[in-house]
Amino acid sequence: MKLWHFKLGLCAALLAAASGAAVAQEMRIGLQEDPDVLDPHRARTYVGRIVFTSLCDKLVDVNEKLQFVPQLAQSWSWNADNTVLTFKLRTDALFHDGTKFDSAAAKANLERAMTLKESMRKGELASIAKIDTPDPQTLVLTLKQPDATLLASLSDRAGMMLSPKIFSDDIGAVGRKPICSGPYKFVERVQNDRIVLDKFDQYYDAKDFAFKRITFLPIPDTTVRLSNLRAGGLDILERMNPSDAQQVKADSSLQFAPISGLGYQQFYFNVANGERAKTNPFTDERVRRAFELTLDRNVINEVVGGGIFDPANQPFPPASPYHSDKFPIPARDIAKAKALLKEAGKEQVKAELAFGNNTTTSAIAEMVQAMAAEAGFQLSLRPTEYAALLNEAQSGNFELLMRGWSGRVDPDGNIYQFVTCKGALNDGRYCNPAVDKLLAQARTVPDEAKRKAIYDQAQEILQADAQAVYIYYQPWPFVLAKKVKGFKPYPDGMIRLRGVSFAQ
Amino acid sequence: MFKIILRRVLVAIPTLILVSMIVFMLQKILPGDPVLTLAGEERDPAVLDYLRDKYRLNDPLPVQYGAWVSQVLHGDLGKSLRTDVPVTRLIAQKLPVTLQLAAMAMFFALVIGVPMGIVAAVRKGTATEMGANVAALSGMSIPNFWLGILLIMLVSVKWRLLPASGYVSPFDDFWMSMKTMLMPALVLSTAIAAYLMRHTRSAMLEALSADYVRTARAKGVSPRRVVLRHALRNALMPIVTLVTLLFGELLAGAVLTEQVFTIPGFGKLIVDAVFTRDYAVVQGVVLCVAVGFIVMNLLADILYILVNPRLRHA
Repeated sequence: MKLWHFKLGLCAALLAAASGAAVAQEMRIGLQEDPDVLDPHRARTYVGRIVFTSLCDKLVDVNEKLQFVPQLAQSWSWNADNTVLTFKLRTDALFHDGTKFDSAAAKANLERAMTLKESMRKGELASIAKIDTPDPQTLVLTLKQPDATLLASLSDRAGMMLSPKIFSDDIGAVGRKPICSGPYKFVERVQNDRIVLDKFDQYYDAKDFAFKRITFLPIPDTTVRLSNLRAGGLDILERMNPSDAQQVKADSSLQFAPISGLGYQQFYFNVANGERAKTNPFTDERVRRAFELTLDRNVINEVVGGGIFDPANQPFPPASPYHSDKFPIPARDIAKAKALLKEAGKEQVKAELAFGNNTTTSAIAEMVQAMAAEAGFQLSLRPTEYAALLNEAQSGNFELLMRGWSGRVDPDGNIYQFVTCKGALNDGRYCNPAVDKLLAQARTVPDEAKRKAIYDQAQEILQADAQAVYIYYQPWPFVLAKKVKGFKPYPDGMIRLRGVSFAQ
Repeated sequence: MFKIILRRVLVAIPTLILVSMIVFMLQKILPGDPVLTLAGEERDPAVLDYLRDKYRLNDPLPVQYGAWVSQVLHGDLGKSLRTDVPVTRLIAQKLPVTLQLAAMAMFFALVIGVPMGIVAAVRKGTATEMGANVAALSGMSIPNFWLGILLIMLVSVKWRLLPASGYVSPFDDFWMSMKTMLMPALVLSTAIAAYLMRHTRSAMLEALSADYVRTARAKGVSPRRVVLRHALRNALMPIVTLVTLLFGELLAGAVLTEQVFTIPGFGKLIVDAVFTRDYAVVQGVVLCVAVGFIVMNLLADILYILVNPRLRHA
């Protein structure tokens, strides 16, 4: 073999090894959207939470069973009447600027989340009356009344801990350069292009995190995102398009890691919001029930969902301990639907279905239009741009609306704002004081079994009223490159990189 | 010359004012509440009201417009509603990207389109000309996003020759930058090359039938010199102005191409800003693009005068 052949071969080998080593250090994650402001107290998007999972530690975290596990808090306990929550905090946690995490820092963070004018976390922490810090390792929260949702809130953005040194009059400063407490620290962010985090070597569990760098790349087009993964430009992507499920499952160079999430897709009705509610045929409960009977959720799952749209008919997914077996999913029954419509005196129902426009929702809407037509529903479709749809919903300019909810760990997050009379997301203005009473009570009962009993009661009323028609539970379809090992999808859709590495 | 430039600049000012008013009004007409869109899933009425106050969304429109204009005149284009990043910083980050994309696309378009146009003119009536016409028509008809996705699937996924998306600054890694920009620039150049080809062809045809060309041929000048030295020189005048104008348009951001190849340029910035009702960004970027376009137009006029000596003393 000529010498230059050998040298060339050696160079190539070294290059490959070098690039292989470089590749082993960097994890590239493809996101559906560009996150909003990187300030956990002001953030509002799901993808932002994915970035925060690596950037910011919180007081507690959740495991795959949605049970609370320690993170910055080592342990916690309630007092006898569930009005005082005491945390024992870690002593070895540091912020990315080197300062120690202690109860004073925790208090500063919670106070900011509760008092900052632009904070989106106020509602989540509304039950806290007083915060005490008897010693650097102890944090005591005194509540106005028992609040079963508090731990869940503290397992998300409301409980994330930033270094208090960056709190100042310039609120935007935190979001532009967040100094937080997670396994990875902020390096840079180019809007619409990338967010780069580097490993924080002084993290207390640094050895469990294999990557030296994480780069988040927002790539809105699902085909391009998948192509990037297949071409080697990404290692993990979130929210694969369900129509790609077949292709991905058949591709041996990819790993398909879906999980049924905490959120849902539903239809809801304008029963009392503005002028259009007065002429809305769906104000009659029999019409709503008939509409539900025209749906075949399995067909939607098969045709549009690629098999990952688990049928739903209640707000709590099977992943949640509050999911109730008392309400089986009704099978399609056109005869019964027609009978109900006849009983209601409306054999032909004309209505408009509004929905946020994308390929998946359009496909579902068209299927539903066809399915419902067989029972006498003449649905006209109104695909609407997302921002405009929010407005239409709030102002009551709709009859039937399809929307998605990304889901929350605590069951209250999946129901309260949607069905209570004054709920902020109750655009259909459904109102039943009995339901309000039950849901308010459920918020104050920490015991899981007792709380579930209350939710079951509320659900009986909601199901009898046919308040909403749930279609499927939002899946989180992750796709990974073959070399990614140790990845576990979680029902909350977060990408947790502890124990994840590249196969050598 | 100086007088011409001065006049153009003076005319530009009312144009800019008009553009700013139009973009301002258009945004307000769009359905959708920016604060509601901003809030996403977190609808706390108190916070929403506070945000509406902070961004003066409850003020009457002329007041809002006036406030924005006075801000701009102080050099402050405001901050993105979504991420708090100053709009000037966003522009500084995205402008070089779009400039690079536009420059590369223009380069490819020139290299492909102009020679094709010359050949088509010289070989008028032959199969070569027909082939060139077909190519031009395809370039103009094939949608950029379709071609882009197709190229990604073939070149990046199947053949693994080039990265599928993203952007690398040429100052960080020149070759990687070229690799990421090659496909998007090519895709973007197809329509422009087609356009340039057609215009070069008709300009050349006109030049080739002129008297001075007949004279040159009669003098015994070689055909190549006739085409390149005499005809092309004159045909280039309209091409030059066309190129400058097209460049201005490219600067506005090749929206679809940037979306497909995920290039963080102006086009993507504006589209995302409109969808999230990020007023400040849309207004700031459109104003910037308008300035760019006006400058390009001015440049086109100056170049035209320079290239055509007859106009110098007009």
